[in-house]
Amino acid sequence: MLDIRSLEKSFGAKRAVQGVSFTLEKGTVLGFLGPNGAGKSTTMRMIAGVLEPDAGDALINGKSIVSHRRQAQAALGYLPEGAPLYDDMTPPEFLNFMAAARKIERSKRKDAVERAIADARITTVAGQRIGSLSKGYRRRVGLAGAILHDPPVLLLDEPTDGLDPNQKRAVRALIARMAPTKAILISTHTLTEVPAMCTRAIVVDRGIIVADGTPEELAKKSDDGSLEGAFMRLTDQAEANAR
Amino acid sequence: MKEFLRQQMGGFGATYRRELGAYFATPMAYVFLAVFLLALGVFTWEAGNFFGAGSADLSTFFVWHPWLYMIFLPALAMRLWADEQGAGTDELLLSLPLGMPGLVLGKLCAAWTVAGVGLLLTFPMWITVNYLGGPDNTAIALTYLVSFLMAGAYLSVGSAISALTGSQVTAFVISVLIAFAFTAAGWPLVLSTVKAVFGTGFADLVAQFSFLTQFEGAQRGVLELRSVMFFLGFTAFWSILNGLWAARQRLG
Repeated sequence: MLDIRSLEKSFGAKRAVQGVSFTLEKGTVLGFLGPNGAGKSTTMRMIAGVLEPDAGDALINGKSIVSHRRQAQAALGYLPEGAPLYDDMTPPEFLNFMAAARKIERSKRKDAVERAIADARITTVAGQRIGSLSKGYRRRVGLAGAILHDPPVLLLDEPTDGLDPNQKRAVRALIARMAPTKAILISTHTLTEVPAMCTRAIVVDRGIIVADGTPEELAKKSDDGSLEGAFMRLTDQAEANAR
Repeated sequence: MKEFLRQQMGGFGATYRRELGAYFATPMAYVFLAVFLLALGVFTWEAGNFFGAGSADLSTFFVWHPWLYMIFLPALAMRLWADEQGAGTDELLLSLPLGMPGLVLGKLCAAWTVAGVGLLLTFPMWITVNYLGGPDNTAIALTYLVSFLMAGAYLSVGSAISALTGSQVTAFVISVLIAFAFTAAGWPLVLSTVKAVFGTGFADLVAQFSFLTQFEGAQRGVLELRSVMFFLGFTAFWSILNGLWAARQRLG
């Protein structure tokens, strides 16, 4: 469903992403891990068609994001980092805008918006302007926008960042409910969430993939058997190799 | 061809409604309309000496349009793209399966609609001259139409610069400067200087690109195809730049 082929991107002299490749099947929730500045967001922005890759390609449902951008984007739900939203709109107004932009038929728009509002649990704040919402609710409104058109592939850039434990659990439950029918790519640096949320994890550092496996397999790579230990070891190693 | 247009213009309706909603969801549009109408009134009645002119027409009203547009319309257009970049919503917008032409024109037309509402709300002026005498109403309607087209030209500059700079204040200042250059190019004061330095031929050329010159015929109630084409072409040119500058985001 998602086929990433040696994506590359440089910003000036900084090589942010240096040949990232992986594939993702339906039913998989892939945790995309790595330290800040490792190239997680850059990779996701390239897959979402927001940023043009210098080289490589991403196939979403078989459509290339480079040569068939609009068809590829139609099969994609994307929650950008920090969940940027239009503050002057209410959640239903925002979702209606997204539905119109996604060309959901008028007759189906109301149902799609209502379903997304129910799924993201934002019914109670439906009458408020987005600008007045708390971080947790904003994140969930963004999530509602990403799942509105029921896309087969979901890209969520730090969906639980800044949420309180209850909100985190609600988002995790939503992801778990959607997991069987979708391919989901989640970037995060909160390692404790990975075993609870993801069936597979990729660790990137300095723009390259340094590990790929189930959370349990990754944990085995450390001395103490914890994911955190593995994460530190893997990303330190890459740092040492770079020297 | 039809399919191509449908793809390129994808998102026009959604963007237009969203932007128009944004103008009226905040005090932005109301403040703009109030201050624009107030300024137009003051210039027409006081500076233009509407009653003293003693003729039942709107020439003392229309003559201020280019000058007021030059200041007010960049203020209306400055948020169109810079606001998205500031809030990070451009990321969301670019991830949608939309065509750049649809986005650019949707945003432009929303601002253009607000400007059009401003023009419509000047109807008391038109009623007043009809009350005072028998003006040429066809000529007035025609001048309104060309003024509306001219507003689009000013807005297209503002929108393009907004996409280029990504900052509302910078966009405003640069847009006013560019708008001033295109307005004042037909000002006799500027033209005589250009004529003295570069010769008559060049001065005529400069005058052709001036909004003042292009709007002059319309003020007399003459519909010149040349002026209509000028304003539409100017808008199209800046809209293309707008699209290119907005798409630059994808390059990182």
